[in-house]
Amino acid sequence: MSFFDYFKTKKKSSASVAKERLQIIVAHERNTREQPDYLPELQQELLAVIRRYVEIEDDQVQVQLDRNDSCSVLELNVTLPEEVADPQ
Amino acid sequence: MARIIVVTSGKGGVGKTTTSASISTGLAQRGYKTAVIDFDVGLRNLDLIMNCERRVVYDFVNVIQGEATLNQALIRDKRVENLFILPASQTRDKEALTAEGVQKVLDEMSETFDYLVCDSPAGIEHGALMALYHADEAIVVTNPEVSSVRDSDRILGILQSKSRRAEQGMDPVKEHLLLTRYNSERVERGEMLSLEDVNDILSISLLGVIPESQAVLNASNQGSPVILEDESEAGGAYADAVARLLGEERPLRFLDGQKKGFLKRMFGG
Ligand SMILES: Nc1ncnc2c1ncn2[C@@H]1O[C@H](COP(=O)(O)OP(=O)(O)O)[C@@H](O)[C@H]1O
Ligand SMILES: [Mg+2]
Repeated sequence: MSFFDYFKTKKKSSASVAKERLQIIVAHERNTREQPDYLPELQQELLAVIRRYVEIEDDQVQVQLDRNDSCSVLELNVTLPEEVADPQ
Repeated sequence: MARIIVVTSGKGGVGKTTTSASISTGLAQRGYKTAVIDFDVGLRNLDLIMNCERRVVYDFVNVIQGEATLNQALIRDKRVENLFILPASQTRDKEALTAEGVQKVLDEMSETFDYLVCDSPAGIEHGALMALYHADEAIVVTNPEVSSVRDSDRILGILQSKSRRAEQGMDPVKEHLLLTRYNSERVERGEMLSLEDVNDILSISLLGVIPESQAVLNASNQGSPVILEDESEAGGAYADAVARLLGEERPLRFLDGQKKGFLKRMFGG
């Protein structure tokens, strides 16, 4: 790598930073946009059920629906607090 | 049956009104009977750009509420034949633009016009939804800048879910990207998102690129759509966009340097 290439790779142009940030946020927003309307309610109900057994925060349950051509996958992600996840 | 085109963006100040004025003027110049409708209730601007602010007697809301006929409210352009302006109401509340009311007026206009160009207000609220609901085609006006691109993507989502065509399961609204206020020197210095960058993110068909140009401000000072300044770059770029809207092929102009390879691939020019 030449001396000048070093600087080229080191300092990104502000336009390429902008593009990367946009790609991430737009992908995220498209994904939430395509989610069915019932998802927030489903998430709340799941939270309530899990709370009967463990104390968790609102953001510790993530629900997401991934649609493929032939089937849909409901992905449920529950993060448990450490003392529960790791019993003594 | 008129073809209904909404000029929309989500973000404000990106060039929707400038674009509505020039695209409608261009369509009328091509011989199509065209009306440009200001949906920006409360903030009427289109009349100024079209130089008819002193001829407004009745407005869009008057027609919806039956206080004036369409013919009383429509203003005939003095420079270009076949061109009419329907101004927005300045005083009343935004909810005056009801879905049924808008539908009724557009239906009536559809009988005699070839094109209806709807100048949307900014935002994703009621006024913007009313402007895009009936559209057959959408010109998504975008500046090469992060918040504008993100808002354009949101508007595309709304076109795909909340428009009449989406709700009634018809063919989707035809989406066009119009990249405006483009500064190719800044793009080449890496300070501004390029056409290719924006295209990678939004991936809809490109209607044109309008350069950032002093001619736009000069034209608006004089109340003349910039497309009438056919010597100017912005005017020429709008004329090309109108041609592409009508299905003609035009090579991209007013862009220099490194993006040539990409443009050649897209337009074979
Ligand atoms: N291509 C351009 N070059 C320079 N200035 C522009 C260009 N397009 C729009 N403008 C300016 O940007 C401002 C906002 O434009 P406008 O069409 O009113 O946007 P919007 O209707 O989206 O709010 C105006 O002052 C206008 O003159
Ligand atoms: Mg405007």
